[in-house]
Amino acid sequence: MSTQTSRGTAIGAMAAADLPPTWWRENPLRDPQDRRLPRIAGPCGLIIFGITGDLARKKLMPAVYDLANRGLLPPGFALVGFARRDWAQQDFEKVVHDSVRENARTEFREEVWRQLAEGFRFVPGELGDEASMQRLRVAIDELDAERGTEGNHAFYLSVPPRLFPITIQQLKAVGLADADNGGWRRVVVEKPFGHDLASAQELNRITSEVFPPQSVFRIDHYLGKETVQNLLALRFANSMFEPVWNSNYVDSVQITMAEDIGIGGRAGYYDGIGAARDVIQNHLLQLLALTTMEEPVAFDAHSLRIEKQKALAAVKLPDRLDLHTVRAQYGPGWQGGQKVGGYLDEQGIPPDSRTDTYAAIKLGIDTRRWAGVPFYLRTGKRLARRVTEVAVVFKKAPHLPFTSTETEELGNNTLVLRVQPDEGVTIRFGSKVPGTQMEIRDVTMDFAYGGAFTQTSPEAYERLILDVLLGEPPLFPQHEEVELSWRILDPIEDFWAEHGQPCRYEAGTWGPVQADEMLARDGRTWRRP
Amino acid sequence: MKIDLADTTASGITSALLDARRHSGSPAMGMVLTLVVVAEEATIRDAMLAAAQAAHEHPARVLGVIIRGGRGAARLEASVRVGGEAASGESVLMRFYGELSRHADSVVMPLLLPESPVVVWWPGRPPANMSTDPIGSLAQRRVADTSAGSRPLATLRNVSANYAPGDTDLAWTRLTPWRTLLAASLDQHPARVAAATVEAASGSASAPLLAAWLSQRLEVDARVIRTGGPGITAVRLEVPGGEIAITRSDGRLARYSVPGQPVRSVALRRRDIAELLSEELRRLDPDDIYAQTVQEYLARTDATGRRATTGRSAAKKASAKRPSATKTSTKKALATKKAPATKTAAKKTSTTKTSTRRSAGPTRRSSR
Repeated sequence: MSTQTSRGTAIGAMAAADLPPTWWRENPLRDPQDRRLPRIAGPCGLIIFGITGDLARKKLMPAVYDLANRGLLPPGFALVGFARRDWAQQDFEKVVHDSVRENARTEFREEVWRQLAEGFRFVPGELGDEASMQRLRVAIDELDAERGTEGNHAFYLSVPPRLFPITIQQLKAVGLADADNGGWRRVVVEKPFGHDLASAQELNRITSEVFPPQSVFRIDHYLGKETVQNLLALRFANSMFEPVWNSNYVDSVQITMAEDIGIGGRAGYYDGIGAARDVIQNHLLQLLALTTMEEPVAFDAHSLRIEKQKALAAVKLPDRLDLHTVRAQYGPGWQGGQKVGGYLDEQGIPPDSRTDTYAAIKLGIDTRRWAGVPFYLRTGKRLARRVTEVAVVFKKAPHLPFTSTETEELGNNTLVLRVQPDEGVTIRFGSKVPGTQMEIRDVTMDFAYGGAFTQTSPEAYERLILDVLLGEPPLFPQHEEVELSWRILDPIEDFWAEHGQPCRYEAGTWGPVQADEMLARDGRTWRRP
Repeated sequence: MKIDLADTTASGITSALLDARRHSGSPAMGMVLTLVVVAEEATIRDAMLAAAQAAHEHPARVLGVIIRGGRGAARLEASVRVGGEAASGESVLMRFYGELSRHADSVVMPLLLPESPVVVWWPGRPPANMSTDPIGSLAQRRVADTSAGSRPLATLRNVSANYAPGDTDLAWTRLTPWRTLLAASLDQHPARVAAATVEAASGSASAPLLAAWLSQRLEVDARVIRTGGPGITAVRLEVPGGEIAITRSDGRLARYSVPGQPVRSVALRRRDIAELLSEELRRLDPDDIYAQTVQEYLARTDATGRRATTGRSAAKKASAKRPSATKTSTKKALATKKAPATKTAAKKTSTTKTSTRRSAGPTRRSSR
């Protein structure tokens, strides 16, 4: 389901940077009616810093291959790896080969591999080392000559956040940040975009000194997921949901992102950051914005951003942060049949760490549409299972012509957008139980995205990498959104820093009892996702 | 779950489908369309398999239809599958005997899913006229594969001549990767194309369609040259300063060259039927570009009274000047008129080959 094409564009609604390209008008082979033809990016290079990292091996390189396999990468695409390894060209090819074999979504094909492999380059070197960056520059110049990449390059910073500034400054220093003769340079950064408002602003200051805002792509891979885009299709392409999408009918909204894994080998990154900064600030607040925003005037980056920013700016924190926020750390327990240690037992975590691995917060949105509707956001590691969903819980019918025994098992109608792993939409409503007695019980109606055929539900990273290469920004948050999110989270983090200790929950459960109490105060319960 | 029904009716099949679903706990099906596959015993197995694969992306009720005919009693045999091989939907394979063979639509109609789109696919030879065929007329989308039969060009001619909105052809679907690359090449290298050539195996039904598309869009006369295959082996666009060439000799990896740029490889695999079918099911509204292309194809073959791909040899073809190939400036003046007769007249007056380009004005054939 593509939510990309359908809308025309309102005049004046777009900034110059977002104007749709006019390719189809100039190219006689293009026709807006011809919807079989996808857009292919022009010849370009993708330079990945930190090519040896987990993300690059498990997601980026397979996504690049899958794109090529689907015919969406241009002939002349180049992939440059940069890392502190003493690799020859063949070693690099082998690393990419292995990672593609292991993790690619689509079938491995020799011809696709050959197309890609012609454009592989490896540059050994160290971030911050001028000589290494010079070597990179030479390699990129060579590519322009040999592969015809025409100076179009995207730099993917798959490195720890503390290395962002130095990397970006070095790109500038060796002249790689400036595009010459009509090419483009883009930079892609992964979350976290800072660890609070001040650091986010600082990071933005550094990047904006080097790259113009429309060339900075902040990747939040959640926004590349089909269901997240479908959320907009569901809301704005249908007539049956919009009338009830407000505080008259909605009782509350629960947004959950649960992970069953612990922190793995990420102790160095995770400790001191915690679940709220790691997940709520970006993924959950983005989901919140998409769920609550007003209808954009057009489905383009600029209009979407305006509406998301309005939604985020209207977010209101609860008055009593002690009663309506909970943070916790997992203790040892059994997770899905495996005995696992607690957070403090993880390697590299100081025994007195106060980092949260679970966070639940209540937010309100001060608009006419949403006044009075609580939004419960929760995330955690080592919970019972891996799931991400947005559940819109509706109010109960004002009057039931049934007795209370007949409707004892009837809950609230709910609309659930399942973001992962089982992407789809569930609607929950009451239905009569077959039999002579009148008894009403909740049933669910599911819509599931199709199976695992070659083109179904492309990986989020495929979509995002393609959008970076095409220069289409709708799915990437801009720095205003990032800063607005930090404005929401910073007071909560400050409060937590000053008050008390994180609560405890056993690994493999659905979180601490305090989180249940937090909802019980409002007369509600958490959904079991 | 599989249920075999020896002598049955549409309602027998419906209740078997319901039984099978109940049996598996009434799982959520979320089927989005009905796909009717009309095939023969020899081809049905592969066709149903391809349909089942396509149903992974587009969950569907797949109805296989085999017309056995014969003089015997009217009889319907069916086997119903839910889950298992049918994966994300249901499938029914039906064999029609005797007089019932002429009334297969009476069985298919009650088995269509409510409201959702219906697609009919003929993996082998399509009927003379797809849109008036009893089963074809039940569908929004009718998919032929003109390459499949023994006489692809005759089939192509026939399918094109009987075009109705909603018809498509897998020979056209096969062109998508080529068309994508060609469009991308002009994105990156905007230039006026002076001439176009398609090189393909003889009997390729896709080649004349690609040539027609290029002619229609670029306003040139694209020629088809016969080669050893497999499929289409090259497309060349003559542009100022050289040519844009995409050549593929092995049916897998192509060479892509654009003036002033290094030659590069690009994967251009011939796709299997399931992938083509999936692409076909992605959009179910009439394919306007296909309609325009078919119009152009018919116009091209009409004018000379011979098919576009009867070129005897590449060399001869290249040097010989086909009368119809010349679109003169007279044509420019008449570009806005669309009556075929006028056009032919315009062509006949042509004597020079100085301008093989047609006017750059609005030349979109009226084929909405």
